[in-house]
Amino acid sequence: MDVLALLADGFATSISPLNLLIVLIGVTVGIFIGAMPGLGSVNGVAIVLPLTFIVPPTSAIILLAAIYYGAMYGGAISSILLGIPGASTAVATTFDGRPMAQKGEAGLALIVAAVASFIGGTVSVVLFTAFAVPLADMALAFGPAEEFALVLLAFTTFVGLGGDDILKTIVMICLGLVLSTVGLDIISGEPRLIFGDMPGFYSGVSFLVLAIGVYGVGEVLYTIETSRNAPMVTPARLTFSELRAGLSKMTRMWRTMSLGSVLGFFVGILPAAGATPAALMSYGVAKSISKRPESFGRGNPEGVAAPETANNAASTGSLLPMLTLGIPGSPTTALLLGGMVMWGLTPGPMLFVEQKEFVWGLISSLYTANVAAVLVNIALIPVFVWALRMPFTVLCAMVLVLCIVGGYAPDQRMHDVWMIAGFGVAGYVLRKADYPLAPLVLALVLGPLMEKSFRQTMIAEHGDVTVFVDRPISAVFMAISVLLFLLPLIRLLRRSRARASNPAPAE
Amino acid sequence: MTHRFTRRASLALMGAAALTAAAPAFADEWKPIKPIEMVIMAGQGGGADQLARLFQAIIQKQGLSRMPILPVNKGGGSGAEALRYLKDKDGDAHVIMATLNSYYTTPLRTDIGVDIAEFTPIARMALDTFVLWVSADSEIRTLDDFVASVKASGGTWKMGGTGTGQEDSLVTAMLEKEFGIKVTYVPYKGGGDVATALIGGHVDSTVNNPSEQMGFLRAGKSRPIAALTADRLETFPDLPTFTELGHPLVYTMQRSFVGPKDMPEGAVAYYTEMFRQLSETEEWRKYTAEQALLADFLTGDALQDYFLEERDKHAQILREMGSS
Repeated sequence: MDVLALLADGFATSISPLNLLIVLIGVTVGIFIGAMPGLGSVNGVAIVLPLTFIVPPTSAIILLAAIYYGAMYGGAISSILLGIPGASTAVATTFDGRPMAQKGEAGLALIVAAVASFIGGTVSVVLFTAFAVPLADMALAFGPAEEFALVLLAFTTFVGLGGDDILKTIVMICLGLVLSTVGLDIISGEPRLIFGDMPGFYSGVSFLVLAIGVYGVGEVLYTIETSRNAPMVTPARLTFSELRAGLSKMTRMWRTMSLGSVLGFFVGILPAAGATPAALMSYGVAKSISKRPESFGRGNPEGVAAPETANNAASTGSLLPMLTLGIPGSPTTALLLGGMVMWGLTPGPMLFVEQKEFVWGLISSLYTANVAAVLVNIALIPVFVWALRMPFTVLCAMVLVLCIVGGYAPDQRMHDVWMIAGFGVAGYVLRKADYPLAPLVLALVLGPLMEKSFRQTMIAEHGDVTVFVDRPISAVFMAISVLLFLLPLIRLLRRSRARASNPAPAE
Repeated sequence: MTHRFTRRASLALMGAAALTAAAPAFADEWKPIKPIEMVIMAGQGGGADQLARLFQAIIQKQGLSRMPILPVNKGGGSGAEALRYLKDKDGDAHVIMATLNSYYTTPLRTDIGVDIAEFTPIARMALDTFVLWVSADSEIRTLDDFVASVKASGGTWKMGGTGTGQEDSLVTAMLEKEFGIKVTYVPYKGGGDVATALIGGHVDSTVNNPSEQMGFLRAGKSRPIAALTADRLETFPDLPTFTELGHPLVYTMQRSFVGPKDMPEGAVAYYTEMFRQLSETEEWRKYTAEQALLADFLTGDALQDYFLEERDKHAQILREMGSS
């Protein structure tokens, strides 16, 4: 009850006309920033940060949070329409969002993304409101051993899938892990796999560069070959009846979306993880519990809903360690943290006690930001879909330009542009050979985390691997990992038994 | 045609000459023409990061720079990523780097092709202090308790810290040598992670900067044991120093700014002035007092001498670490 009273006070702050206007501006700016490849919520928040001095701290953080939120919604847009992930958090959205657009269902995909984002965000804010303070302790219980177990679990959700060739999946994971070791070793500081002495490789292979290369450029190359004269996507329109139909379709995805929301929120809370692994894991889980796993990657709306619920849920979740522990879960929350220090607020366990008005004003604004973002997003869908009516020759060139700009913008190095070109060709070849690309991307995201947590655990425990099963949280994750790994085998057994007892299956 | 060409060429030449002649006159009025990149040698959330972001905030709030400051974290490989990045920015007037002690130690430990003597010193803002911390749940209350517990653990005592070879590991090595103890050093990505690991019970002690533990200390979750400073810290008047307990261990971390090699003189003057103004702001005074930082402003050649002197000192500590 106490929480509700505090929240009500918070709403009194966030529903003031100034703050509502701020939220609306913030999410609109955020959506556009998120939709531009290469510009993510980090850039958006960084650009706006200096402007926040003209408003009170609570309004300032509301504006920044609204941009952060809007960008999370916007990231899906270019993933779906152009096949270029608008932000790293939206990479998993390309897996099914892009095929949907090619089937002429761009409008539906965008609706699914927007509504799923709304649900993920809202569920997550509710969880945040109810359990913020006790959950901070849960985040603290996550040590290196638990981190490693969680990452392992994420990998098994990808290996233990029905649809893909398991051997090819493992090959791609290994390739991704090799790429993730490029650069300076996190523990000793020694450079590894830098190809002689190329400074460009010191900071490792950027995950966004890989994603833009294999998805954006690779996609363009593949499309040029398969449909030289046909339009890249069938023109799509959006009417109210389609919107209704889309919404009714979504009610059938409640299981995926509720899983995605909860998973996203919890992964987001962990200081080391963040929205990108959350989205990838949610996609893997949705695929492995689906009755038709083979339809994923070929334009299944659930493949859009799963990562979009999770990345929005995680972005809310990652505010929790920032506020309660002063540990940012992502580059953007690090900027928000900077903002708070600027306004003289010390993040940490005492913030919830000493700065009630600020904390609850921010939390309540996440509710309003969610509503505003979903409305603005749906209103803009026709504009975005309209962009797809461009002739193939124009669109194709535009996508390539956006890929290059998007890869160059974050670090402003030509090195990344060459990498994108290389990954584009590699992505095209791999796709022709029918290798799944999602595990490659996943491995590059999780590889560094996995290596770091494993080595930290081994140093701390003097090489004793039993620690992974001794600690309760990590033991549970380990058990689920083993189970998921064996799942395809069990399924196969069950299927063959079902076939033996019932020669003509009902389907 | 020929006539016109010559005339144009000579005009261009005259223009160029005029520009060259005028250039020195404008040099001391150099102003940034695009956003200034502030490279941070550490990951997000640690002491170095929080401080750099505070500087950014004060600069923007007080309007000390006419262009925005964009902080960029390049914490990979104990700061090697940032050092290499700055090395590739020769002559760039729009990039500055916030340093910590890995500024010396990283190039000393690994051959990354960087000589810090080439970089342009701008300003030293403060010296950050180190304190030995344990969790508030711990039985340890004094330095003697700590030493006894570490000895009793037989080498399994976990000391959390930043990357191997960085400040925290040097301080740990100093403690090991002084007290004849042996700990298991667990490296984390940044001071923020280290602080959280202590509260979460994943390590037994840390040597965090006060600013990194401040949030937890105020919440009653961590306990300082002793400070590695010459005198008691104003922020913690009741906290003994190692020195007064009979173990003269002093270690500080410089918080400074440097520019790339051959940074234009006008730019150096501009940034020096900017940081001088910053060091006099009320916000900065308040922060240094609250977070137990020793404000100690230093610029120019004196700063470069300090850097090189510190580099020699660190080479010595690292040699001792390697030989032990």
